[in-house]
Amino acid sequence: MRFTYVHLLFILHGFAWTIGLSALSFALGGIGGLILMLLRTSRVASVRWVAAVFMQIIQGIPVLILLVLSYYGLGFAGLDVPPLVAAGIGMMLYASVYLADIWRGSMESIPKTQWEAAECLPLSRWQTIRLVVIPQAVRISLPSTVGFLVQILKSTSLASVVGFIELTRSGQLVNNSIIKPFLVFLLVGLLYFALCYPLSIYSQYLERRLHVGRRQTQ
Amino acid sequence: MSYGFDFSSVLPFWPDLLSGLYLTVVMTVFATVFGLVAGIAVATARRSRVKSVSLPAGIYVETLRNTPFIVQLFFLYFGLASIGIHLSAVVISIIAMVLNVGAYTGEIIRAGLDSIPAGQLEAAECLGLSSTKIFFYVSLIPAIENVYPALTSQFVLMMLMTSVTSQISTEELSGAAYNIQSTTFRAMEVYITIAVIYVLIAFALKLLFVGLGRLLFRRKRALRNLSRVRLAGTQAVAG
Amino acid sequence: MSFEVEKGHVAVIIGQSGSGKSTALRCVNRLERIDSGRIEVCGHAVEAPDLDVKLLRRDIGIVFQSYNLFPHLSVIENITLALRHTKKLGRRESDEIARQVLDRVGLADKAGSFPEQLSGGQQQRAAIARSLAMSPKVMLFDEVTSALDPQLKNEVRRVIEGLAAGGMTMILVTHEMGFARRVADKVILMHKGVVHEEGSASILTDPKTKELRDFLEYDL
Repeated sequence: MRFTYVHLLFILHGFAWTIGLSALSFALGGIGGLILMLLRTSRVASVRWVAAVFMQIIQGIPVLILLVLSYYGLGFAGLDVPPLVAAGIGMMLYASVYLADIWRGSMESIPKTQWEAAECLPLSRWQTIRLVVIPQAVRISLPSTVGFLVQILKSTSLASVVGFIELTRSGQLVNNSIIKPFLVFLLVGLLYFALCYPLSIYSQYLERRLHVGRRQTQ
Repeated sequence: MSYGFDFSSVLPFWPDLLSGLYLTVVMTVFATVFGLVAGIAVATARRSRVKSVSLPAGIYVETLRNTPFIVQLFFLYFGLASIGIHLSAVVISIIAMVLNVGAYTGEIIRAGLDSIPAGQLEAAECLGLSSTKIFFYVSLIPAIENVYPALTSQFVLMMLMTSVTSQISTEELSGAAYNIQSTTFRAMEVYITIAVIYVLIAFALKLLFVGLGRLLFRRKRALRNLSRVRLAGTQAVAG
Repeated sequence: MSFEVEKGHVAVIIGQSGSGKSTALRCVNRLERIDSGRIEVCGHAVEAPDLDVKLLRRDIGIVFQSYNLFPHLSVIENITLALRHTKKLGRRESDEIARQVLDRVGLADKAGSFPEQLSGGQQQRAAIARSLAMSPKVMLFDEVTSALDPQLKNEVRRVIEGLAAGGMTMILVTHEMGFARRVADKVILMHKGVVHEEGSASILTDPKTKELRDFLEYDL
């Protein structure tokens, strides 16, 4: 069979859902990551410890299995949810632990003297985090955060296992009907590349700019 | 909630899980060893001054790093089959993993090679070492030492990535889990079980790499002790 | 160790590096944990475990050796941050106060600049302004000129001398004896973690103990 306009449309439809799921994953993962990062840097040792163990565990489970677990887990809890929700929750787990790690690293790279100066003014601990530490940490974490966005985009390709029809799954379906794997997966790969490559380049650019900026202040 | 957890129905399938685990480990070992070799080759090629060598290497790295592994896997698996090349899913999986991980380790090792000061190479040349010896002892080994943490965490990520190969019916851990749940209908229990196994492998792998690092890079150990001595010294002066 | 500083007076703590000067200063606003002993500042029992550190620090300003301005905020934002979030003042009022203190330290024209764009001396004066804006009752200065080039030290010293003349209660840790002589109502020599000699600025020209004599000789 020939590759037709209909097939292309179907794949582009999947492409749109890949973007949608990525955005959702990043938003949910961002919220989860922020909370986890705060717990991970808490002043209470037991809270820090629990957050660290949780992050280690989630980072030791493949994304594929996280997605499957969230799909069956929601069903197990008696919830009948659309694939988008199952995929969103699985991706949230995945994204939040890695983002928490990236952001914690950036927080910890802010010198202790900045905390001291803020708390002597005096700002409360929460005000210090919100007004002094996070704004500086965001700048430092930006290259890695954008870089991780690429990982999220690529990982959404695994959402097909919970029945979510995104770019990879739509390609697979088209290929099942017309059996033109090189053409179909080349096209699918190109579409991913078109999303990921600019982000990778941007991440590298931010990284370089950060280093130049730092050198100047020293 | 209509039913509770029942792990006992998974228990009889432990031989399947064991063989799945075995395959996961074998694939990880293959991909680590050949991925490292591929990475070294790619890094060297990318740093080449000959454009016809560095450019293809660059394209390879960027292509593989900016597309999902599962698409690469499908491309190879279904693509090769469509032109009459029939390889087993395991072989295709290992090839795809080596290609994929080679691109990532290639970038990491390149960063390591870039971090070696030019003066080191000049000094080695002046000593009259052969160029292969210089590359190996003065560039490569210290480069890998510098990026060892990034490199090993990439290998842990790659171990987790083996699960994706279940999508072309490789019967590693995730593939085995899929088979078991389709006969027992105990998906939650099966997947929780293998999730625990993955966490344990990841942990063991991290420990292994830390131990290996201590063994391989004796200088690091010596340096750490040295810096500790120095630190104590300065504190004594300051205090 | 024990010493007192009267209201409106300037105490200067001197001593070798490692003698505990900075630690003593940092204890005054509880940047260091206090294991034992008593410190009283403006009615606050600093060592009390149930002390509201925030209330204490409202009365005490501190300026550090490394300025510690917030690099992501402009000079005026550095100053208004605490005014707005701790004192809950409005934007206009905060800006008004910020401009006044910037004027006092001679940086009125640098309000919109970022710390990176300023010289070390200007950054340190901005840091002083930031503390001053909170109208503290006591100000602490922890080797505030040590990181500066000689010509820049002067502009910071002049600001501090101006504050002394204005009747601000201050405790300074410094290595500069000439400066200490000019501003100090009281000089405290710390040695091995204790107050070794204490007196008016005249002890710098007429030391009583061997340690102070050695210290001064070594320093000059």
